[in-house]
Order: sequence, then C-alpha cells, then structure tokens
Amino acid sequence: MGSIFNLQQVVNGLQLGSIYALIALGYTMVYGIVRLINFAHGDFFMIGAYAAYGAFFLFNAVLGGSGLPMAGIALVLAMAASGGVALLTNRLAYKPLRYKPKLSSLITAIGVSMLIEYLFSAIPFIGPSFRAFPDILPSRPIQIGPNATISTHALIDIGVAAVLMIGLTVLVRHTALGKAMRAVSQDKDAAKLMGIDVEKVIAWTFLIGGSFAGAAGLLAGMTYPRIFPFMGILPGLKAFIAAVLGGIGNIPGAVLGAYIMGVAETFATAYNSLLGEGIAFAILIVVLLVRPRGILGEKSADKI
Amino acid sequence: MKRTLSIVALAMLVALALVSCAPKGPAEIIIGGVGPVSGEAATFGKSTQEGCELAVEEWNAKGGVLGQQIKLVYEDDKGDAAEGAAVWTKLIQQDKVVAIVGTVMSKVSLAGAPISEQYGVPMISPTSTNPAVTFADGKLREFVFRACFIDPFQGTVGAKFAFDDLGARKAAAIFDVGNDYTKGLSEFFRDTFIALGGEIVAFEAHATGATDFKAQLTKIVQAKPDVVYISDYYNDVALIAKQLRELGFTGPLVGGDGWDSPDLVKLGGEAVENGFFTNHYSKDDTRPEVQDFVKKYTAKFGAAPDALATLAYDAMNIMLDAISRAGSTEGVKIRDALKATDFAAVSGRTMFDEQHNPVKAAAIIEIKGGQQVYRTTVAP
Repeated sequence: MGSIFNLQQVVNGLQLGSIYALIALGYTMVYGIVRLINFAHGDFFMIGAYAAYGAFFLFNAVLGGSGLPMAGIALVLAMAASGGVALLTNRLAYKPLRYKPKLSSLITAIGVSMLIEYLFSAIPFIGPSFRAFPDILPSRPIQIGPNATISTHALIDIGVAAVLMIGLTVLVRHTALGKAMRAVSQDKDAAKLMGIDVEKVIAWTFLIGGSFAGAAGLLAGMTYPRIFPFMGILPGLKAFIAAVLGGIGNIPGAVLGAYIMGVAETFATAYNSLLGEGIAFAILIVVLLVRPRGILGEKSADKI
Repeated sequence: MKRTLSIVALAMLVALALVSCAPKGPAEIIIGGVGPVSGEAATFGKSTQEGCELAVEEWNAKGGVLGQQIKLVYEDDKGDAAEGAAVWTKLIQQDKVVAIVGTVMSKVSLAGAPISEQYGVPMISPTSTNPAVTFADGKLREFVFRACFIDPFQGTVGAKFAFDDLGARKAAAIFDVGNDYTKGLSEFFRDTFIALGGEIVAFEAHATGATDFKAQLTKIVQAKPDVVYISDYYNDVALIAKQLRELGFTGPLVGGDGWDSPDLVKLGGEAVENGFFTNHYSKDDTRPEVQDFVKKYTAKFGAAPDALATLAYDAMNIMLDAISRAGSTEGVKIRDALKATDFAAVSGRTMFDEQHNPVKAAAIIEIKGGQQVYRTTVAP
C-alpha cells in the first residue's frame, strides 16, 4: 500500500487548494481594504456555480453542450454574476454601515449570507435540493507517475487559479487601480486626502473578489458536480481560515494558506477520514494561538 | 291448518333470529392497510395502497379467503409516528381488522408494531427496513413481520455478487461514517467477502456531506482492488464514482438500493457505467410472477409498479396466504401460519427467519448506457 504521503495525494491537495485559493483571495482583499470579514463570500461562490449551471442551459442549443467555448462562456457568466452580486451587496448592505461600529457590518455579513442561501432555496427553478451540474468539460485521467494520475479537471482547476492569481498580482502591482487599492488598505483617510475615490476602490475590490469566487464556483461545479444553495458554507469557512493562515489582508498569503490547507486536509483525510474535516479548524486555533497575524501577515491587526 | 301456519311462522321467526344474531363472524374479512398517502412520502403511500388494492381484488375474484370476501380498510399515517399509532388503534378497535399490512416508514411502523403486539393482530410491514420493527431490545415481536429485506442483507448479497459473478478477489469499500445504513451495508459486505475467501484491501470512511473523496479514493486505488463497494446514496455515489474514474480506476462498482434514482446517471454520467446495485426487485426480471404482476398493475393504474407497490402487493399476498393456511382469522393462528410461510412472491420466493425478516433473493441492476438494466438475481 505504501505511505499515504505520495505524489497522488499532493496532486489531490493542490487541486482542492486551488479552489480554496480563489475564494480566499476575495476574503483577504475585502479584509485588506475595508477590514470586513465578508461572511457572504462563500455564497458568491455558490452563485458562481449556479450561474455556470444556468449558462449551460441557455447556450446548450447553440454550442452543443460541452467543450471549451461553453466552458469559456460559463466562466465569464459565473464571474459576472458573482461579481455583480458582490457589488450589489456592498452597495446595499455594507456601504451604509461603513463608518458604523465594525460589529454591525459583521452581523450584517452573516445576515446577507443567510438571506442569499434561503432566497436561493426559495426560488422554484433553483430550489433547496441537489442539482446535477452538467459535464461541461469531461474529465479524463493522465498518468504522471507509476502510481499517480492527474485529471484534466485538476489541470483546469490549478491552471485557472494560477492565471487569475497572476492577473491579480499584475493588477495590484502595476496599475493605477492597484496602486489606489494598496493606498486605501494602508490608510483610508490619507488615501482620500490624496484624491482617491475610496468608495470606487472598495466597489472594484468587491467586484474582483466576487468574480474570483464565481470562477471557483464554476470549477467546483465541474469537479464536484452536485450543487445546492448551501454549498458555499464549508468551502467559505475553510477559505477564510486559509486567508487567516496566510495572513489576512495579504494576497500571496491567502494563496499560500489555501494550498497549505488543501494539502493538509488531503493528508489528514488519508490518515483518518474524520480528522480531515476537522484539520482546518485545528489549524485556525493553532494559528490564532501561535502566530495571530498569519504566515505572511504584516504587523498584528485586530482580528475577529 | 291454522296450527301448521303458526308453526311455519314460528319457524321463520326462529330462522330470522338465528340469521340476525347467530354466526358471530362477519360476512367479510376485514384487513387493514396503512401508508403515508399524504405528507413528505406521499408517492410511497399511494404505491403501497395500489399494491394492496390489486392483491385484494385478485383474491376476491378467486372467491376471497376462507370462503369470504375481503374488505380492505386503508388508512393514511401521514408519515408521522403519532398519527400511525392512532391509525393502528382505530383499525384494531373500531374496524375490527384481523390483520394489518403497513406501513412504509420505519419510524411509523415502530409506533404501530407495539399496538399490533398488544392486541395480537398480526402485521406485515412492506418496506420498513429498520431491524427494530420486528426485533427490539433483544426481544422478538411475535406478531410483527416484514416483506422487505433489512439493510445488512444487501451487503451480504453485494459481496456474493462481486465474488461469484464479477470474479473479484480483492475488494475495497467506502461509506458514510455518519449513516447507519451505509455503514451497515459496508460492514456486511466486508464480512461476507472475507468469509467467501476474498481480501478487503481498503475500507474507508468519509464524513457526511463531504464532496471531495480523493484522499480516501487514492488509498483505495493504490491498493489495486478488483471491485469497489460504495454503499452511499445516489448523489454521493455519483461524486465518488467520478473521482474514482479520475484517479484511473476502471473496474466495476457495486452498491445497494440507495443507488436507485434517475439522478444517479444525471450526476455521475459515464463514471457510473460498469456499476451494479442490489435492489428489492426489477420490473425487467423475466420470472412469470414478475411479468404477470407488472402487466396487471400497469393495466389497472397506468404506470409500471415501483418497488413500494411491489412489496405492498407481496405483503398483502403473504398475509392472505397465511390466513387461508391458518383456516381461521384468529391472531395466534395467523401468526403461526405466517411463521411457516413459503410463498412465491413477485420480489422472490419468501420465507421468514427467526427474527421475522424475509429470506429471499435480491435483484442485481446494472447501469448500462445510462439505463438501469436487470442483470441477475442473487440468493443469500
């Protein structure tokens, strides 16, 4: 049987980590800019999965069901839908509370999360039960070692995550918007004095973070083809922990934390299936006790 | 002349009196039926009712039982235990039923069973799989029987099928650790497979609600099994099958009746091909009992019977057969006749074991080209 620590399990962990990473980025960006833990973020992920599901039925007749064009359209629609809802959530729920006590925003975030989940359950053509996600890009295994395969889905998951993360890094480092984002995250008031439209920067942050969660929703739908309105809760929580592990507010940290989480969860599950479900929360406790600012986190920020 | 007339009149009066009060037995035999006709499992209740009705109709056409016509009083338990207890009491005390066929859900049958036991009115549950319905707290319920096999039995049959028909010698199993049904199936699969001379190379649990099973499945695939036993419900089965295929496993998959849903193929697609599961019966079984029943049922109700209708039909037939063999409507005599049952039911030749569970064969269904295809029947 050999050891449980082998190449195949690393591949499994990286695939899982890619999905966590895309969700964790949104968490960490929003936290970095407005110091808000947006608990509705896991639901943006769910919305992405349903948008991709809807895209399939809208364009099925034109594009013949599966293949790259369909996957492309599903990706664009999933990102647009999740980004749009994130934008709307910011405008309607968080903006009015921007300068109110932080606890108000936090509780509102939990409320928004539940509202989205139950609203989706109540909509007749979505409904509370499982739906079968269409096989947009059929997966097949590719042998990469004597005892290891990588599926085309795993390649897509890791690839899409990598491309989006590189894109985000370029955006944050080399564009005017990125510069404004960094400024707002350092000092909101000073940024305002420098003529930066803080609200606009925050809106962009929600849009980008939400759309990343939407992309993760599509990838998760393809990889685990069973979607339902509450599918975002657990991945959302785990991605949040990944962001804390990497240092919340820190973009490379979120990615690093997510991959550590994915691999740790896979190994723990291989060791004992129930340990795997708990490992994320054990990591959270250890991080908060030992290094509250996370692996790459800058100066200790107050955490909730 | 006047005297003869009065004697005749007297005789007639006496005869009248005899007819009206004497033979205490009713002109018809009343059987109770129970199912959740409304509530969350409404289709189950309706199927059960139809199965019962068809069986009673056929017996009546043949002259009833013990020379009397059969009357079915069918009650709705709404899938609720309290409602079930009320219905049981009503059937026994008010309608004076001699026996009860019901009900679908284990939790409701568990409410009815003690009442049947208390009044000595025999019952057969067509589809309650919880072992405690007939055998609770180490004690047999003397008057309670069931027409379906209990969960662990499917694991046994699955192992036999994997070993004998698929020729597997090394098997792996994965199950939901938070669900007694899937856990029980896998454990019985393991025990039987080992007893047959096979080897269990991996035995993996997963948490309830998990979507990523790759860590466990990697261990399974690397142990190189000939067959993987998946005792989960269809939506987990589909995810597990997909991830198994992605990890490069191409061998057969075997499972239990939790697979029986059209969503299995919708979710799993090609991954669930080369999959087999145990079920109570298949409408494509070529045995004459099955084909005859499917034809009659479809003609009467306009749709093919599901497993619930079939088991209700079987349960009613087994009960009426027992009454006819008992030669009496007395509870104790019917019970003794039930114990000695050997009946060619639609879902297979049925006898009862010492815990009043049926000993009968299971159908094996294969997923082929996205369809459920009858493969074979396996006796325990």
